[in-house]
Amino acid sequence: MLHAAYLMPLFPLAGFAVLAVFGRKIGNPLAGWLATGTVTASFAIALVTLAGMIGEPASHRSFVETLFTWIPVSALHVQVGFLIDPLSLVMVLFVTGVSAVIHWYSIGYMAHDEGYARFFVYLNLFVASMLILVMASNLVFTFVGWEGVGLCSYFLIAFWYDRPAAASAGKKAFIMNRVGDAGFLLAMFVLFNALHTLSIPAILAHLGDLSTGTATAAALLLFLAATGKSAQIPLFTWLPDAMEGPTPVSALIHAATMVTAGVYLMVRMSPLLHRATDVSEVIAIVGVATALVAATIASTQNDIKKVIAYSTVSQIGYMFLAVGVGAYTAAIFLMVAHAFYKSLLFLSAGSVIHGLHDEQDIKKMGGLRKFMPWTFAAFMAGWLAIAGVPPLSAFWAKGAVLVHAFSYDIGLWIVGAITAVFTAYYMGREFYIVFYGDERWRRLEVIKGDPHESPWVMRGPLVILSVLAAIGGLLDLPFHPHLDFLSSWLAPVVGSVSRHSSVGVGGEWALAITDSVLAVIGVTLAWRLWRVTADARHLEPAFLQRAWLVDETYDKIFARGGEALAGFLANVVEAKIIDGAVNGTASGLRWMGSGLRRIQTGYVRNYAIGIVLGLVAILAWMLVRAGV
Amino acid sequence: MTDVSGAWYLSLAAALFGIGAFGLLVRRNVLVMFMCVELMLNAANLTFVTFARMLNDIAGQAVVFFVLVVAAAEVVVGLAIIVAIFRRRREATADDLHILRG
Amino acid sequence: MHPGLVPVPLLATSLPDAITFAVSAVIVIAGAIGVVVARNPVHSALMLVMTLFGVAVLFVEQRADFLAAVQVIVYAGAIVVLFLFVIMLLGVDRREAVSADPLPWQRPLALVLSFCALGSVLALGFSGAWSTGAASVTGALPHRAGDTAALGKVVFTTYLLPFEVTAALLVIAVVAAVLLVRVPQLREQGGQAGAERGGAAGLEGDPEAVSDPGVDGDPQGLGERDREVVPS
Repeated sequence: MLHAAYLMPLFPLAGFAVLAVFGRKIGNPLAGWLATGTVTASFAIALVTLAGMIGEPASHRSFVETLFTWIPVSALHVQVGFLIDPLSLVMVLFVTGVSAVIHWYSIGYMAHDEGYARFFVYLNLFVASMLILVMASNLVFTFVGWEGVGLCSYFLIAFWYDRPAAASAGKKAFIMNRVGDAGFLLAMFVLFNALHTLSIPAILAHLGDLSTGTATAAALLLFLAATGKSAQIPLFTWLPDAMEGPTPVSALIHAATMVTAGVYLMVRMSPLLHRATDVSEVIAIVGVATALVAATIASTQNDIKKVIAYSTVSQIGYMFLAVGVGAYTAAIFLMVAHAFYKSLLFLSAGSVIHGLHDEQDIKKMGGLRKFMPWTFAAFMAGWLAIAGVPPLSAFWAKGAVLVHAFSYDIGLWIVGAITAVFTAYYMGREFYIVFYGDERWRRLEVIKGDPHESPWVMRGPLVILSVLAAIGGLLDLPFHPHLDFLSSWLAPVVGSVSRHSSVGVGGEWALAITDSVLAVIGVTLAWRLWRVTADARHLEPAFLQRAWLVDETYDKIFARGGEALAGFLANVVEAKIIDGAVNGTASGLRWMGSGLRRIQTGYVRNYAIGIVLGLVAILAWMLVRAGV
Repeated sequence: MTDVSGAWYLSLAAALFGIGAFGLLVRRNVLVMFMCVELMLNAANLTFVTFARMLNDIAGQAVVFFVLVVAAAEVVVGLAIIVAIFRRRREATADDLHILRG
Repeated sequence: MHPGLVPVPLLATSLPDAITFAVSAVIVIAGAIGVVVARNPVHSALMLVMTLFGVAVLFVEQRADFLAAVQVIVYAGAIVVLFLFVIMLLGVDRREAVSADPLPWQRPLALVLSFCALGSVLALGFSGAWSTGAASVTGALPHRAGDTAALGKVVFTTYLLPFEVTAALLVIAVVAAVLLVRVPQLREQGGQAGAERGGAAGLEGDPEAVSDPGVDGDPQGLGERDREVVPS
């Protein structure tokens, strides 16, 4: 087995360093190919590691590779090291794989952008950070990656920093993530206080020493961190705004990899959740609520990327539902499948945007299937995959989640099933509005001439991802114990803490059929309602279009409240108390000075009197001290 | 028979110091004021020498030695300043030089 | 605590010493009063000489022979001569009106403060409240009169650093005095008029000519400034 995990983040990091220094010189398109190459190299190493790991018996498929001790302070020994086990390897594989494909796509997508080299600098740094995040053997080192991906996310959302919307979206993402990060830090404090270590294997080995209260607190705080990074209620509003970034970024960071880091963190710490069952319930409820809310919002959006963004929030909600009901394998399965079909959807959307010269309003599109057949096919594959139409990937992945939800609590399953209908519906709505109906862009003069299909460098990734989105379900088929590759692969990591579904084979068949029916209902609804027209206001209530007024509410509570507090501080505390103290000191001193300046008469003999007075005073003091 | 007791010397020195201080405060001629400062320095010197004798310690005399040297330097600079002032303003008394007031 | 000063009555001491002290004390006090009350600075200077001589005698009485010699040579000799020289140079040997003080409170305040200082010093001394420390910290006084070796030894060993510092101080003082009293040399462009003005300034104190009291060490800059002020 190859013990060279450090090479995986090293390659993108080296690419980052080289591009950061020489990026402009290397130029377009070589810089993009270089960046793609580094990520592909990481993917290749991950594959070699995988091959080695498959050869080992299941119980030996985990090792920690410690490079050096980063912070040795008293009891705190923070080690820079990598924990390689089936779970982190799955993450590494799909992160590097999807990243490589999206890097490749970006070469074409960003071809005409001035910040070409800069884009790949950020992208490589992101991949390195993401790999550190998933492989770190120590929570502090994980946090380095966690912050690194947050930083790159900020850089890339605000990539077109001269657009005010992009700049403020970047800030919004960064700040909302900070709220979650505070949870991560506090969780680390709690765990270190209780266990005196931050090494992940050590923490998981000594969970028995934790009191239930401590475990609950740590798990809740980690979940808060996860809601920030993975855009769940209550911290989900940054993700739709993050669509101001370039589309490959949306695909890579805000769909496939970074936003799923929260789910990964939960799965990584799943033994902790096993100790804190109350938190699991909270996670399940938050997850399914987020899934439904985001799906309803996605059904009414008009921005081609925002629909997909809310869809991402919704899908991650499913993943948290899976985590909450103890179906960690299902969560990872859905995460991988989601990475395929969501990247595919984003990249297809990017292809549409590219072909229409940066137009993102779906109401200005329509009838594009004639002009962009490849994109049309890819988008359709993505749509049907996410809708859960059998036998495409989401049918299996989402099915696994819903089976476990059903076994856990039927209420969760009902909400999840409703969400599934919405999922099929909103993506179908977008699909029909964009690719069917009138060619509205002609009348609105969005572009001159006809839209063009994207170049090969962009179509290639679409094809690869389409295939993956279609066959992703093969990863974990439920029929036979020899076909559930992912489950048996992850069993050494999460098997002991997973909750096993009580649904029998017959029940699973029934649920699968129900899922298929729901998907078909959603697809049919979209087909009936949006195939011809793009104008149906009654189906787009303002309340949903404005995202349940969450942003407005946050604005009222936090922004206005903060402004009021700041105003109070500025106008009262600052102006009256602080300035008052400063000005008061100054005017007091001036008053004293104007009094004391009379002493400064200019007559030397007056000053001499002062000296003699001082002498007499000293003598008097000595006399008093002597008690005379 | 003994020497004159230190108390007499110290009282004399105190009186000398008092006279010097009084003169410094009441005279307006800068040169005379300067001389009064010298009187006060001499009072201090006398005190030091007296204590040196009373405590049988040579250090008192050594200090006087340094006071003499410093006094010489002080007189040189002080008189130079007085000369410089008098070049600008004739008939200058200490009271005439009061433009440095607050 | 020191037992305090116990004044042994003068008459109880040896007669020559008592007489010497009494005479010197009278001379010192008389001279000091003379310095303060003499209206003419020249008289003040002469009275100062008297006091200094008296103090020198008291130094000898207390086995400080070397200091007495220095007192006479440096103080009474060099310093008072310097005083007289300056008085004569500046021509201020005139009477000063002492009948009234222009600063109304100065004189009574001075009297009160001087007496307070005097009184409290004496009170402290006789109460024995001095903290005098131990005897013979540095070295004992010589028992033979006229032996300056002990003082020399102390000055060049224990007090070597202060000695060197005072040497530097003297040099600095001399340089400072030269700079202070020097009449700024005007450059050639100022020509004859400038030189004349400079000379006059030194003797008659023309305020225009010496706009700067001569501390400025940059004659070039001074000359230029002067040219601007008085175009010839």
